[in-house]
Amino acid sequence: MCDAQPIREQQLQRILTPLQRFMKAENIVTSVEALRAYECDAFTTMRQLPLLTLLPENIEQVQQIMRLCYQLDIPVVARGAGTGLTAGSMPVENGVLLSMTKFDQILEIDIANRTALIEPGVRNLAVTEAVAPYDLYFAPDPSSQLACSVGGNVAENAGGIHCLKYGLTVHNILALDVITIEGERLTLGGASLDAPGYDLTALLTGSEGLLGVIVGIRVKLLAKPASARVLLCGFASIENASHAIAQIISAGIIPAGLEMIDHTGINAIEELMHAGYPTDAAAVLICELDGSVDEVEDELARVILLLEALDATNIEISNSEAEKARIWAARKAAFPAMARLAPDNYIMDGTIPRRALAAVWQRINQLADEYQLLVVNVFHAGDGNMHPSILFDAMDADQRHRAEELGTRILELCIEVGGTISGEHGVGLEKINQMCLQFNHDELQQFHGVKAAFDAKNLLNPGKQIPTLARCAEFNGMHVHKGEIAFPDLERF
Amino acid sequence: MIDIPTLADQIAQAAADKTPLQLQGGGSKAFYGEAVEGTLLPLGEHRGIINYEPSELVITARAGTPLKEIEQLLEREGQMLGFEPPRFSDNATLGGTIACGLSGPRRPYAGAARDFVLGVTLMNGKGQLLKFGGQVMKNVAGYDLSRLMCGALGTLGVLLEISLKVIPKPQYEETRVIAADFTQMQHLLAEIGRKPFPVSATLLESNRLFIRLSGAQGGVAEASQHIGGDKLSDNDAPWLGVKEQQHDFFNQPKPLWRLSLPPMAPAVPASLFDGPTLIEWGGALRWLYSQQSDSLQQWAKANGGHAICFKNPLPGSPIFTPLPPALLALHQRLKARFDPAGILNPGRLYPDL
Ligand SMILES: Cc1cc2nc3c(=O)[nH]c(=O)nc-3n(C[C@H](O)[C@H](O)[C@H](O)COP(=O)(O)OP(=O)(O)OC[C@H]3O[C@@H](n4cnc5c(N)ncnc54)[C@H](O)[C@@H]3O)c2cc1C
Repeated sequence: MCDAQPIREQQLQRILTPLQRFMKAENIVTSVEALRAYECDAFTTMRQLPLLTLLPENIEQVQQIMRLCYQLDIPVVARGAGTGLTAGSMPVENGVLLSMTKFDQILEIDIANRTALIEPGVRNLAVTEAVAPYDLYFAPDPSSQLACSVGGNVAENAGGIHCLKYGLTVHNILALDVITIEGERLTLGGASLDAPGYDLTALLTGSEGLLGVIVGIRVKLLAKPASARVLLCGFASIENASHAIAQIISAGIIPAGLEMIDHTGINAIEELMHAGYPTDAAAVLICELDGSVDEVEDELARVILLLEALDATNIEISNSEAEKARIWAARKAAFPAMARLAPDNYIMDGTIPRRALAAVWQRINQLADEYQLLVVNVFHAGDGNMHPSILFDAMDADQRHRAEELGTRILELCIEVGGTISGEHGVGLEKINQMCLQFNHDELQQFHGVKAAFDAKNLLNPGKQIPTLARCAEFNGMHVHKGEIAFPDLERF
Repeated sequence: MIDIPTLADQIAQAAADKTPLQLQGGGSKAFYGEAVEGTLLPLGEHRGIINYEPSELVITARAGTPLKEIEQLLEREGQMLGFEPPRFSDNATLGGTIACGLSGPRRPYAGAARDFVLGVTLMNGKGQLLKFGGQVMKNVAGYDLSRLMCGALGTLGVLLEISLKVIPKPQYEETRVIAADFTQMQHLLAEIGRKPFPVSATLLESNRLFIRLSGAQGGVAEASQHIGGDKLSDNDAPWLGVKEQQHDFFNQPKPLWRLSLPPMAPAVPASLFDGPTLIEWGGALRWLYSQQSDSLQQWAKANGGHAICFKNPLPGSPIFTPLPPALLALHQRLKARFDPAGILNPGRLYPDL
């Protein structure tokens, strides 16, 4: 700790002079007060000040910064809008924080080919807004879409309410312009539907800033559906609510969105939004159907029959854009609504096969009781992406500890039923230990191999996403509960 | 089924001896890609469906499972592979399909092979058994190495098990046929592309434009009315013809080229190819015969896409459009991390890979 200051000063001195040759002074942030704005993402319980923050204005500057950092062995962490939930863009000590906020231009809208070329700092919603006059839209719609950047969406392979039908970020981009840690510019993918060589566009998507810095994105645009209607209903039990999900999909219907909110979530949201959700229900299901007018009416009728057979209550169907917007706005306000219940929120992102929904949901509630913490579940039910939010107070060390343990138990449960620790939020630093539960030694080593092929010096967002083998050995050694090893049949370190 | 420890020993031994292996599923796409020299590693016997639950929209099967078997099973449950992969023969396996990364007529509208891959189990060139992705719809734990296998032509690992997302079959389908030349096709498809019509395939064949519509009957009817033309009596014929290359066009013993381009890219200059063309994917996929390898690849690149010599290549000319040096170097570094001894299908994708 005592050495931190001199190292910081030394590093600053080494990097500042060369930086000032090509960067405007206003785009180099060094004061500790100003750097506070960059010390964490939306997972605020983990914080770290960077050495300095740089705000490059063009691709050449990004290349120069990378070359310099490569030469000086200084780590670089890219940051979009900082809405990540896993400390992915949290700085590393004595590293550069590369803020991409000045890359905020939509460079080209190609209506005939239905694509757009954008800079990574463009906000997600801004893309859809810009192409709306042409009856087109950009499909990935994370709840954070007002604020998050498309570069961040690519780095996390973000999902959203409509990704059940229209895919994740990876399904909605064609090409990436990437700067490597050595300052080399690579174009991956193209304006065509496929490209020669390995599918590096897919590999970079979801790579959390560990393989390269994204400086340009060609996104796909879709035609707006002729009709879209939202259905809201309540259930007296979470079993029936879960059955409804499986039955809708089994009926050959792929809703544009299929979301679920539990009892606590409904009440928290109602208090903030007054959207007319049934506050006595054990769960609320929101189902959006889109397509041609006939198709929507036909599917709607089939869904209602099925829901009624499962004793759904309070079935409400949107009759206008305004009603649709009201139902969705309330769903998207889940995060601020929960913030009113407790100072801190630890959101899990485990994804499971749909058939396991009811069982896992119930088990999570039991675990919550066991750990004496409030867990609220507002989630993308259609694709099995659970978002149990563990509410706690980080100032209370005991609560914080319990929240972390409960989180690990929940993710273990997801792996146990054949799922994954993260469906869309990524690993970052927050879930790095749980990666040790999902992957064995050889698999982690293969991940490190891929990293080394891009970044042999391990300077890009080091320490995130892929745990070191030593870290896993330690974590798996400590991670024993009820006197038993969590997964005796899994490979150990 | 292949015994996994035996396979691991075999690969480790080949790595130690630096003897290249030629991976083979059913051999249905042996013509595709650069030639490989090496000991044949047959994988077709590693077959069988491991898990299929229609309500999960996921199927998991061993890589040697015949594609036909998978498609027939899905068909019985009213489901299908969204990327409509070509088989080219009844021997086609799931592993070969994913390794080649080829997709059929539905690709621009439903997605490519890589879009449906949820997870794989593979063996790398060190003989290590690795599992990436899974059987769930969304998974961002670690790098997406499953999708990376798509189109890698077996150069990064031996695919052993694959999980794919499947889709419900459309309730109703019909194909419209209208008279159109290339310019009219581009004009019409750009216009209807901005409308929410359930287009699921297109084909331009000597001034006849076929448009397949798939979905609820009402939506299809609405689109049909807008598009006009005639309803084709045999809805499947043109699509099987291009997907399986049974169309007469594909019979010629000359270098067959597959150009992947932005849909609105200009027509390929007549000086660069001989005879007729077939155009699929809303204009984004163009088939033609040409002896002019370099000029064609350059033209495709300059127009935002790339060209592959799909069949009957001229000796000595590259099959796939060469990569810029920095990108090739990255490919080589990646390959070295999966297959340090360079024994898995070396040279099948690029001679230096
Ligand atoms: C209220 C709320 C709701 C949310 N809802 C959803 C949801 O529904 N679905 C969902 O998927 N996520 C959701 N998120 C999470 C978050 O918004 C997404 O992960 C988003 O994609 C992050 O974008 P960002 O621009 O904020 O990235 P940041 O948080 O700044 O960074 C995220 C990661 O991307 C890397 N990165 C950023 N830009 C670049 C670049 N140009 N090049 C390389 N790497 C880069 C960073 O290093 C970091 O690892 C939600 C978050 C909040 C706060």
